[in-house]
Amino acid sequence: MISPKYHREIPQRYRLEAGKCKACGNVSFPPRLVCPECGKNEFEMVRLNDEGKLLTYTIIRVASDKFFGTTPFAVGIVELKDGVKLTAQIADVNFDDLKIGQKVKLVFRKIQDEGKSGLHCYGYKAILI
Amino acid sequence: MRDVAVIGIGMTQFGELWGKSIKDIFVEAASKAIKNAGVDHIDSMYVGSMSSGLFVGQEHLGAILADYLGQTPIPSTRVESACASGGAAFRAAYFEVASGASDIVLAGGVEKMTDGADVTDALATAADQEYEVYQGVTFPGLYAMIANAHMHEYGTTREQLAAIAVKNHRNGAHNPNAQFRNPVTLEQVMNSTLVADPLRLLDCSPVSDGGAAVILCSMDIAKKFTDTIIKIKGTAQASDTIALHSRKSLTTLNSVVTAAQKAYKMAGVTPSDINFAEVHDCFTIAEAVVYEDLGFCEKGCGGPAAEEGRTAIEGKTPLNTSGGLKSKGHPVGATGIAQIIELYEQLTGQAGKRQVKNAHIGLAQNMGGSGASCVINILEAK
Repeated sequence: MISPKYHREIPQRYRLEAGKCKACGNVSFPPRLVCPECGKNEFEMVRLNDEGKLLTYTIIRVASDKFFGTTPFAVGIVELKDGVKLTAQIADVNFDDLKIGQKVKLVFRKIQDEGKSGLHCYGYKAILI
Repeated sequence: MRDVAVIGIGMTQFGELWGKSIKDIFVEAASKAIKNAGVDHIDSMYVGSMSSGLFVGQEHLGAILADYLGQTPIPSTRVESACASGGAAFRAAYFEVASGASDIVLAGGVEKMTDGADVTDALATAADQEYEVYQGVTFPGLYAMIANAHMHEYGTTREQLAAIAVKNHRNGAHNPNAQFRNPVTLEQVMNSTLVADPLRLLDCSPVSDGGAAVILCSMDIAKKFTDTIIKIKGTAQASDTIALHSRKSLTTLNSVVTAAQKAYKMAGVTPSDINFAEVHDCFTIAEAVVYEDLGFCEKGCGGPAAEEGRTAIEGKTPLNTSGGLKSKGHPVGATGIAQIIELYEQLTGQAGKRQVKNAHIGLAQNMGGSGASCVINILEAK
């Protein structure tokens, strides 16, 4: 992770800002320059609904060096109420409670650190509700 | 476009090749292929490599490998499509010959993964860095999420996935170039260490060094070099969303479905005409899903297939007779070319104890990321 790259993603990671296509209404997260559904390129900014359900999940037992010391942790694919899907860690969970279809809510958490003395990097994680 | 043949093959042992550099590995494989084909020159070369920059700190592979192979000043280009880099390099070579621009072209692939890089992190660059990997997802993790969704949707079992690893290790035991030549039992797979639930260590392809190369030439001159003509009957490539979460289905790989349809159409065949296939079993669940998406059976039967012996060497559709990525090893960029080599050995009757009876048409399916790239090649013995 490097700082300019981190800074660019803040609207999505902190505030769940997405792009809604003015032509077909499809919501892209993160925002795109070309709508993947209709190919048009005018968008309005919308904020994602922060509730949804778990489509699938896993428990990461072996992670890359950046996540050293944080394993095991759960990760899943969440479908939010407005239809947008994203990948998020599932926080504060007893692994035995995980199951597909479970209702979840996105919360603001620390995700990783930028090296040993750089930024703390934040974003969304899911919790069971 | 004119017809194209494969006329020579060469590969290194796959495994932890501590004493060999990426250059040594590629030059060994490419030299074997040139010698095996019996050609006195090559017009150009394409090399598949996923991430030599991250693994060994070396880019500009096309040039450095042509240099060390003693082939300057021919054109030489590195091709990258993540784990499908080898398959994509093969397609590039195919089109160069088919178009008439060149007569004899080398397609190779190489990866050197044991020089100390953070392999999990390097491989993860094939996924969406900002929206998948940022959250800590690994490649075993992505395929584990496909596995859990497949189990939920179709009732696929843990034992069925383990049967795929058992079958591929059984095949790989007969492959002299395989990284692991030891059979494993269902119990060993089921009790191996969890990597990303439900996938365990023995569901995962290993970290490998290795190189592979083949020589392609136009059909009109192929007979000058060999009596056993292997024709490239169909070739296709397709893409899908980079992030697994963006897909409409988590249990169907659309790039595989699309590339397969195109390759079958070009070859003028249907799935039932395919006598055997090498598929991209980076994880056991991948073989199950790809078996379905290639059209060998209905959705959901990829799990039972290995358990019931349908994909064994003596089964209806033998899969991964080479041992697959699981047992043969997965030096990422070399994998797509090594699959072509297994097709060649089967089609020319050189596969020894792995030999499939009546092998006339074989299919190789090579994919990148969680299926964001897929290359399919269909070869036929003429």
